[in-house]
Amino acid sequence: MNTISEEARKAEDQKIKADFPILDGSFTYLDNAATTQKPNCVLDAVHHYYEALNANPMRGLYDLSIKATEAYEEARETVRDFIHAASTEEIIFTRNATESLNLIAYSYARTFLKEGDEILITVMEHHSNMLPWQQAAKATGAKLVYIEPEKDGTITEDMFRSYMSEHVKLVAMTQVSNVLGCKNDIKTFARIAHEYGAVFVCDGAQSVPHIAVDVQDLDVDFLAFSGHKIYAPMGIGVLYGKRDLLDKMPPFLFGGEMIEYVTREGATWNELPHKFEAGTVNDGGAVGLSAAIKYVKAIGFERIEEREFHLTELMMTEMQKLPYVHILGSSDPHNHHGIVTFTIDGVHPHDVAAIFDEHHVDIRAGHHCAQPLMKFCGTPSTTRASIGMYNTEEDVMNFIEALKQIRGEMGY
Amino acid sequence: MASTFYNEILTDHNIHPTHKYVMEDATFSLEGVNPSCGDDIVLYIKTNQDNIIENASFHGDGCAISQASADMMCDLIIGKNKDEALRLSEIFLRMIKGSISEEEKDELEEAGILEDIHHMPARVKCAVLGWHTMDEIFKDAAEGKIDRYDGKFEKE
Repeated sequence: MNTISEEARKAEDQKIKADFPILDGSFTYLDNAATTQKPNCVLDAVHHYYEALNANPMRGLYDLSIKATEAYEEARETVRDFIHAASTEEIIFTRNATESLNLIAYSYARTFLKEGDEILITVMEHHSNMLPWQQAAKATGAKLVYIEPEKDGTITEDMFRSYMSEHVKLVAMTQVSNVLGCKNDIKTFARIAHEYGAVFVCDGAQSVPHIAVDVQDLDVDFLAFSGHKIYAPMGIGVLYGKRDLLDKMPPFLFGGEMIEYVTREGATWNELPHKFEAGTVNDGGAVGLSAAIKYVKAIGFERIEEREFHLTELMMTEMQKLPYVHILGSSDPHNHHGIVTFTIDGVHPHDVAAIFDEHHVDIRAGHHCAQPLMKFCGTPSTTRASIGMYNTEEDVMNFIEALKQIRGEMGY
Repeated sequence: MASTFYNEILTDHNIHPTHKYVMEDATFSLEGVNPSCGDDIVLYIKTNQDNIIENASFHGDGCAISQASADMMCDLIIGKNKDEALRLSEIFLRMIKGSISEEEKDELEEAGILEDIHHMPARVKCAVLGWHTMDEIFKDAAEGKIDRYDGKFEKE
């Protein structure tokens, strides 16, 4: 990773921030793991779509509908290229990572799993990569097994192997934890899962916006992520699936555009990926996602990772000077990927968030949709600051200054 | 420094609560929970045969607003009878929703400082937890109904 001069960093900061109109300097936004702000190019692309291209894609035979279809399929190609999928047939547009994971749980797990099988997940999963498997396990009689990581979130190869057997038919794991910020070694775990004949589902919601993800290199069977966490609009998400698996899965939702022939008695299904995209699609959202991905690629993950690591390191170093602040997970910023979750002695996280709000610093408090992990960490709720590529040293120091005042304002 | 909602009365009730302990000889105890934010208290009330609240306490975890509000409520209701406590609770809940008269606010004593919560929709649940739990005790729990917060109900 290249580190750059102070001057070059400031110039880059200014250039990136200027692309995000909502970041007008009146507040400090550090809730990027929840959702991100949108650059002008994304807003413009969505506006242009509805101004010049809007029609129901893949249906009409007129010029505008063809343009809308082209915009949609161009977005699919942008996503394919971004995550290095082999074919656009393997890229399914959904609403978000949650819907993508539910699609796999309904269409794959409920079809192919049976009593005596095991679904292996981890304690650090977001509820969206936990509840679909709980329900699939209940519906099929399969057993849901949780990997217990080390206290800092680490899952070693030996630990992972100890959970594997021929009973495990599906492994679902997040690449980056939305609470601890640690990164799981997806490539190694997918390889081991395949040795046992299990399929591997990767939740990329917190990784795809921050690190380069190559589905063929990782060799995962499925990858889910949300557009809104990678500077695209809400309401557009992606499911990547290997073609041979998607081919044998039944549709998830039924309706328009996912069919080939329909009679009164039944129907045959459209080809991939349309089989999994029932009803009118979110073309404007897909176009926005395409613009966001191009924006991210233009800056490049080398710069994004360097920027976000630099800020994570600054944030953690300053926080570690305060004896009443406790950071969850590793003490090494390399294991945080922009996510710093913490507690403050004597102050409840909701009060922490409320006081940050009084200082116009936006952070998240609560259980972060990961209640079993909170229990594992021994705390009912926590506060989380999370970094995006537009954040700056000034943002981090605004956060630190507010953090230092919290105990005083609470009467300590 | 930013202007803060967390004034001295509130923070003092949070850090040095008068009524935060487990009451061994309570007539009623009921758990009140806000699942989404993790506020979790048990409210204890001891009444005599005339329905006078001889003692009230709470125990548990939660944000400063939930803890201070419960402590101020206990201050207010000790010595009052059941109907009077329910009437004050009704005033408190109405205060959190919108407007009450100055006279009504005075009746709430220190709990009146929580009036601004109605500008903070995310914190309403925190402020009303103790009061709702008291309502449950007198309206539902006393009749043997199960608590709607999924809390435990123990009649001693």
